[in-house]
Amino acid sequence: MTARETTSFVYVTYIRSTPEKVFEAITRPDIARRYWGHENVSDWKPGSKWEHIRANDERTVQIVGKVVEVSPPTRLVITWASPSQASNPASYSRVTFGIEEYDAMVRLTVTHDELEAGSGMAKGISQGWPVVLSSLKSLLETGSGIDVFAKPKSA
Amino acid sequence: MQVFTCILLSHNRVRLMDADKVFKALGDPTRRRLLDLLCEKNGQTLGELCEHLDMARQSATQHIDLLEAANLVSTVKRGREKLHFINPVPLHEVYERWVRKFERQRLSLLHDLKQELEGDDQ
Repeated sequence: MTARETTSFVYVTYIRSTPEKVFEAITRPDIARRYWGHENVSDWKPGSKWEHIRANDERTVQIVGKVVEVSPPTRLVITWASPSQASNPASYSRVTFGIEEYDAMVRLTVTHDELEAGSGMAKGISQGWPVVLSSLKSLLETGSGIDVFAKPKSA
Repeated sequence: MQVFTCILLSHNRVRLMDADKVFKALGDPTRRRLLDLLCEKNGQTLGELCEHLDMARQSATQHIDLLEAANLVSTVKRGREKLHFINPVPLHEVYERWVRKFERQRLSLLHDLKQELEGDDQ
């Protein structure tokens, strides 16, 4: 094992919803596609594979990993890697979803750690998670997500 | 007593979680500096953050508390250490509500012009 410098991110959002709804929104493809533009596909059993699939006609697999821990509706731990690096164990990072009741809301904490510092993946996820979590909050609170692929008009 | 304090704190946090708190938290150079420091290196301790700030630890703590109350900073305990992480989710919500919604195209044109003239995006 070569020592590698890793980095972590912790994202927190408060959602007026229930832990069950938030857990389903992450694990059920028909809900995830509405705010994420992707589906997370797995049987959600510890040790099983999961795939992050773009919800369009191409259905490109963009992230792969294993399910590490599943405790509905409060906790889900998965590993996370680009499909092109799936054979390299060192390329896997880890995502932990923590879901707690918080008054009449849910406090959702997404911890993405064991990421290689300065890697394209670290950069990508740090741009991605805030958008995805805002969109999830918007979907569960208002019934519609935001366009996660939106770009400035003149760009 | 400890439990009671925690409950009071949580209620505070909930009330403070609106856009006003985000703008208030951002309306101070020290707090913006703290966010910049966390953007450069996420997951720092109070001690590490204080090395870059010209102020007493206690004042720094007060600034961090305001950032936490606005949900712009989240903390994780690792052993005896408390690590601070930048949480840009509320910033994204403010961006969606107050920037992207209005005059998207014109804003990017102005931004481009400013960049062209100043040669910098600051």
